[in-house]
Amino acid sequence: MNKQEYTITVYTENQVGLLNRIAIIFSRRKINIDSLNTSPSEVEGVHRFTIVINETEDVVRKLCRQIEKQVEVLKAYYNTNDEIVWQELAMYKVPTDVIAEKVKVERLLREYGARAVAIRTDYIVFETSGHREEIDALIKALEPYGLIEFVRSARVAIIKTSHGFHEKLKEFEYREPSEEVAENEFLSENEKIFSM
Amino acid sequence: MDTLQKIKATSKEQEASKLPLQATVNISGSEAVMRAMVSEKVHTIFGYPGGAIMPIYDALYDYADRLQHILVRHEQGAIHAAQGYARTSGKVGVVFATSGPGATNLVTGLADAMIDSTPVVCITGQVYAHLLGTDAFQETDVMNITTPVTKWNYQVTDATEIPSVLAKAFYIAKSGRPGPVVIDITKNAQLQKFDYAGYKRSDHIRSYRPKPIVRKKFIEEAAELINAAEKPFVIFGQGVILGRAEKEFKKFIEKGGLPTAWTILGMSAIPTDHPLAVGMLGMHGNYGPNVLTNECDVLIAVGMRFDDRVTGRLDKYAKQAKVIHLDIDPAEIDKNVKATVPVWGDCKETLPMLTELIEQKTYPNWLQRFREYQKEEEESCIVPELNPTGETLTMGEVIKLLNELTKGDAIIVTDVGQHQMVTCRYAKFNQTKSNITSGGLGTMGFALPAAVGAKFGAPERKVVAVIGDGGFQMTIQELGTIMQSQVDVKLIIMNNNFLGMVRQWQQLFHEKRYSFVDISSPDFVQVANGYHIDGRRVSKREELGVALKDMLDHKGPYLLEVMVGKENNVFPMVPQGCSVAEIRLK
Repeated sequence: MNKQEYTITVYTENQVGLLNRIAIIFSRRKINIDSLNTSPSEVEGVHRFTIVINETEDVVRKLCRQIEKQVEVLKAYYNTNDEIVWQELAMYKVPTDVIAEKVKVERLLREYGARAVAIRTDYIVFETSGHREEIDALIKALEPYGLIEFVRSARVAIIKTSHGFHEKLKEFEYREPSEEVAENEFLSENEKIFSM
Repeated sequence: MDTLQKIKATSKEQEASKLPLQATVNISGSEAVMRAMVSEKVHTIFGYPGGAIMPIYDALYDYADRLQHILVRHEQGAIHAAQGYARTSGKVGVVFATSGPGATNLVTGLADAMIDSTPVVCITGQVYAHLLGTDAFQETDVMNITTPVTKWNYQVTDATEIPSVLAKAFYIAKSGRPGPVVIDITKNAQLQKFDYAGYKRSDHIRSYRPKPIVRKKFIEEAAELINAAEKPFVIFGQGVILGRAEKEFKKFIEKGGLPTAWTILGMSAIPTDHPLAVGMLGMHGNYGPNVLTNECDVLIAVGMRFDDRVTGRLDKYAKQAKVIHLDIDPAEIDKNVKATVPVWGDCKETLPMLTELIEQKTYPNWLQRFREYQKEEEESCIVPELNPTGETLTMGEVIKLLNELTKGDAIIVTDVGQHQMVTCRYAKFNQTKSNITSGGLGTMGFALPAAVGAKFGAPERKVVAVIGDGGFQMTIQELGTIMQSQVDVKLIIMNNNFLGMVRQWQQLFHEKRYSFVDISSPDFVQVANGYHIDGRRVSKREELGVALKDMLDHKGPYLLEVMVGKENNVFPMVPQGCSVAEIRLK
């Protein structure tokens, strides 16, 4: 099986130490995490991890099972890139004088869908979001003009087939949830595996 | 978001309706720990005091009439004892240890309990919350050290959390696939007074689903496969014991007439002389079950996880067979061996459902195949081991005599190495929860403290520990525990003056380059005597029977050192990296 990029989405309780508990599932198997985002989800008290790794599906499936096995993990899903809509956010700090002199700022902003978030006499901070390549392209465009600092966020992703987590969480509260929630994903119909 | 608010509202109402109206009492965090122990019906605690857990030990002082505390000699001994206790009693083992070195000494036992699915709750003291991260005296990052080797861990810095966190700890440790839990309680939380509203045992955590709703469809598919099989073969592990499903399992194999083999940890779930029993799987398991794994047409795995010591080379393991895998832990399904039919669930539920759907059958010819291999194994391995003609004693003949004397009713605790394999190959068991050993982690030094715990877990039963000369010296200090608590355990040291298993590998795979396996020992009998434990050494065959009988009849603990052949090997053997069918008889 070929390695490809997978995005793992994990819903968890908000608990100290859980990041470590999830991270060591990867490090124990010497798997590098390309990108990791963790932040509160739309449901209060529930956190959402978005983890990107480059692995075979077999490995990713096993990883998800190990993640979901953790007591404070509600659910883990994995998706290929065509099953998700994703973005990274990036910021670029460039010297104001060079930019003002040499580049048509307006054209640059339009071309890369970027906007200025801070403008000072000494530097400007641009911000853009998009896929990895789009963000890299703007680095290239700005490099000749003395890019001072650059930062990129982890990937965040929306699963195309997702119906949201509210209803599911409600069922988690019940002692006897529906089959769908207590689901044995490994036994479900193939196409529904890890889809919400 | 209104759905959400509804959820929160309903769950709050539920919470409120569940709480009994009760007056609160003002107690300390340590007192709350004691009340939790009593509420969880804990009787025995294995532990060792120290600075950061002193408030808990102070509270324990007043509970001496309800909680029995066994003072060990090293925290590793405490957790292995708790493991032994859990394995023979089926209850949760409990450990108290202090911060820093007290907690780090638990790590080996935690890893052992994790890989062997043993329910243990460890309470560790921790420095004051305001000192966390300051490199305070005896401070260590217990949470992060223990995360990879615990099913769950939690640090308490506020006493009000203690009742609910301990309730969760016990629930998590024993439910689903059991495992170890560490609760790290800072000293300020132990001392803090708070309004205690009673202890409520936990039976639901929303993010944790210990067992699934069984899907009938897969039971039906599994039954269909079994009913169509010509050479079905059942292999089972500790899941049968942990699921308390021994009876259900027996009914299942008996109705189906299914030849059955066990893993080292599954052993004793059915009597070893059951007519359908064909022996032990794995590297030093029996000949037939290993070879015929690669010949059966339907392999039914119950509560076992296809460890590499069982499967040998995976890409040559049971490739011809359709695999039915019954397990409570979904992460085990398809982990090592792809299941044709996965039956995710508690085998206490799934086995009766399956039994109902399978046809009453026998497979005399197929079973005969196992017996034929057994015969071959008898000739080349078993007879020479059990009835040796040479001058020196073999480990096998010790176990054979032990079987005769105990009639298979004893609990046998083994350490790790050659003696472990020989004991598990030849010991007879009539009762479940009788074979206590460190299977997954292979922890030398496990047996002595585990035997102590095993005795407290099953005080009415005879407990015999079989230990090698190497492993005995790893936790030898627990003789002190045996002395102080007068633990009636019988200790057999199989002394070959070698680290025998490693020596065997060096002989077979490293051209007899015996690199640091020549271990010398103290006079074990004198050491035992120093601890006021009676003992004896034997090296002659004619003395062995009497010595064993004297040991078993002796009131109180006893140590018997048996001098066995220096360079005896354990066979059969599946060499590492070989398929199970390539098992060697010599």
